[in-house]
Amino acid sequence: MPLMEFFTGKHLDRGLHVPEHKDLTSHLPIRRLPFAPVLVVPLSQHAGAPAIPIVHEGQEVVRGEPIAKAGGFVSVPMHAPATGRVTKIALAPSARGDLSTAIYITPYSAASQEILYGAPQDIANMTPAEIVQAVQNTGVVGLGGAAFPTHVKLKVPEGKTVDTVVVNGCECEPYLTTDHRVMLEQPKQVLQGARIAMRALGAKKAVIGIEDNKLDAVDALRDAAEGSTDITVEAVPAKYPQGAEKMLVKVLLGREIPSGGLPADVGLAVFNVATLAQIGELLPHRQGLIERVVTITGPGVRKPGNYLVALGTPLRWALQQADCSDQLSSVILGGPMMGAAAGSLDIPITKGVTGILALTHKQVNGHSRIYPCIHCAACVDVCPIHLNPSHLGMLARKDRYEEMETDYHLKDCFECACCSYVCPSHIPLVQYFRVAKQMNRERKARA
Amino acid sequence: MSSTVIEVRTAPHLHSGRSVDQIMRNVVYALLPMCFYSVWLFGISAAALIATTTAACVLIEYWSCRASGREASIGDFSAAITGLLLGLTLPPGLPLWMAVVGAFIAIAPGKMIFGGLGFNVFNPALVGRAFLQAAFPTAITTYTPALAMHRFSEFIPTTLAIPFLKAAPLKDWIAQVRIDGFTGATPLMLQKFDHVTTDPWTLFIGTRAGSSGESSALLILLCGAYLIARKMMDWRIPAAMLLGAIITGGAYYLSDPVKYPSPLFVLFSGGLMLGALFMATDPVASPVTPRGMWIYGLLMGLITVLIRFEGGLAEGVMYAILLGNALSPLIDRLTQPRTYGEGKRMFAKELAAK
Repeated sequence: MPLMEFFTGKHLDRGLHVPEHKDLTSHLPIRRLPFAPVLVVPLSQHAGAPAIPIVHEGQEVVRGEPIAKAGGFVSVPMHAPATGRVTKIALAPSARGDLSTAIYITPYSAASQEILYGAPQDIANMTPAEIVQAVQNTGVVGLGGAAFPTHVKLKVPEGKTVDTVVVNGCECEPYLTTDHRVMLEQPKQVLQGARIAMRALGAKKAVIGIEDNKLDAVDALRDAAEGSTDITVEAVPAKYPQGAEKMLVKVLLGREIPSGGLPADVGLAVFNVATLAQIGELLPHRQGLIERVVTITGPGVRKPGNYLVALGTPLRWALQQADCSDQLSSVILGGPMMGAAAGSLDIPITKGVTGILALTHKQVNGHSRIYPCIHCAACVDVCPIHLNPSHLGMLARKDRYEEMETDYHLKDCFECACCSYVCPSHIPLVQYFRVAKQMNRERKARA
Repeated sequence: MSSTVIEVRTAPHLHSGRSVDQIMRNVVYALLPMCFYSVWLFGISAAALIATTTAACVLIEYWSCRASGREASIGDFSAAITGLLLGLTLPPGLPLWMAVVGAFIAIAPGKMIFGGLGFNVFNPALVGRAFLQAAFPTAITTYTPALAMHRFSEFIPTTLAIPFLKAAPLKDWIAQVRIDGFTGATPLMLQKFDHVTTDPWTLFIGTRAGSSGESSALLILLCGAYLIARKMMDWRIPAAMLLGAIITGGAYYLSDPVKYPSPLFVLFSGGLMLGALFMATDPVASPVTPRGMWIYGLLMGLITVLIRFEGGLAEGVMYAILLGNALSPLIDRLTQPRTYGEGKRMFAKELAAK
């Protein structure tokens, strides 16, 4: 559709405008949160194999020191988030609701908590393979929420070439402002990270895509990139779910990632700005990822903000620091459109947590009545993948999960939840699709 | 806080706030001005007709829910809409007992048998009207003049006809209310059978004979615009249907400007405007895909004009929409949009095959 794009400019053709609520925190500089009395570092905070502990109970660790090694190529090591003592290695509740192994660390309150661990390394002379290894050593994963090990994406798949690195600064989820603050406060690190990624992938250029509700971030990055021709910064009209990589590469470059494929299939690699900022920050010093920026916000906290949180900080502690209400009804990890509700306040904050949204009873109204589908087509009009959620929902209700996948592209759904958001019948469409996908996976596993 | 119980729900945790009953309630609001205008044109008979169909539809839906042991669904306002629409599509002087029969057919076999709101194949109001057209062909093509004298003090004689008895002929009454030159025909009938064309302005403001709510194109457009502006109605279906009628009507007109009326007449006469904006747009019975909506609309516009010019009936909107309803699942199936990344995947498949 090059002709259409000529007339309409770069924009997302479907999707929708969700009330942003970003003004609660977008103006607040990143502030460090105090250490919790106990930090709980799960060994599986990322997609892929869990890390393997290399410390034992009772051992003293210094801040930044590796405490677990990668459990394979698609895995990353863990680093001590604070100077202190390993009190135990035991099961801990996780965000998914199950228990997973974690390293418990009690920070020393008298320690300076300076990051002593690390050594400079000369990135300029590293080969792509060395960069991939060095990035794995930092323990960095996708900080936009996916938590997929970043070094895996820095390795060009066999037979493919990557010509452009796409840097994702959209942050289209309502409430979240971590990427916004990172771009404002660490533009140099973002660019440094982008250059490292370009070197590792052999890409000639990079495009940073930022939604136009963050024009100050666009300016900050443009100022930082002044004089360079290989990195461009583009403002795109804000619309949810533009931050999904499939959407962003289409909007910025007009390329479509094939169904079931990877960005590399169309010569691209996509990284979140915060991920690249961490790589730009950590790699030259051979350090590890021990903290991340988390937006703690919502009507349930009286001191919303963008907090630099030590990994392993319990949710309850983080909420208390933000002066949370005692009327909390639900706590969401990530944004309100795709984030999961926390099942417990004892779970630790991990590498993939972009935000903590605290809602009080006032926001959560009673269960809305579910009406039958009236075929109003609102879901069809917002689906960014051009699926037919109305029909998929009907099939799901009849348990026709296979047909959903074979005939109606269920697998292409990335669960942005636009359909559920607009449905006047309040049908939990995206939840139906999650269930359907799970059922199909289980059926295949049995076969 | 230690005792806080937090609730776990699945994403999304936000909702647009739209709901079915809110949309349906607004459709009712949009239909009300047309009802009032109808009463002004045709008097208390129109008021009695619309009130009868609406009350009958709501009551029948309530009873059928009770009979089938389901939760009463009248709170979603869809039965009220069916009742209002049915009343608006009937001649103002239709005997009330026939209107009740029409309401019963619309709701019981037209909607509830399929499972109620969301499952009906056809627009229920049109199912009711189609039945009346087949069962009482004379009554449903007996039209009375607009703006008759005494319309606010006395009923049109046929309105209160006793069930299954022959109603008094309207001729005397029409002579009595002194409308000069009124032959009991709608502009479409005049055009089709007598080759007399009513001027578009009269059609536009609606001071003419016809079904109780179809007369003023202007008012219908305004009411539809309200729903479209509130994003409670899809503009593509009415646009496509009107466009289809203009194109087809225009082609006829160009082929023989003497025999066929201008496309403007086609557009503003009969029930086309009411049908395109308030009947064809019934979401339940129309396609959901963007291309499907255009095809559906254009097709209905085409069929409407074909029936008017080639068929034996003066008006074809009702059958055109019912046919469109019947085809909409097929249209949906054939117009599934190309999904993101789909083309490339087929390419990759071909590569894999090589």
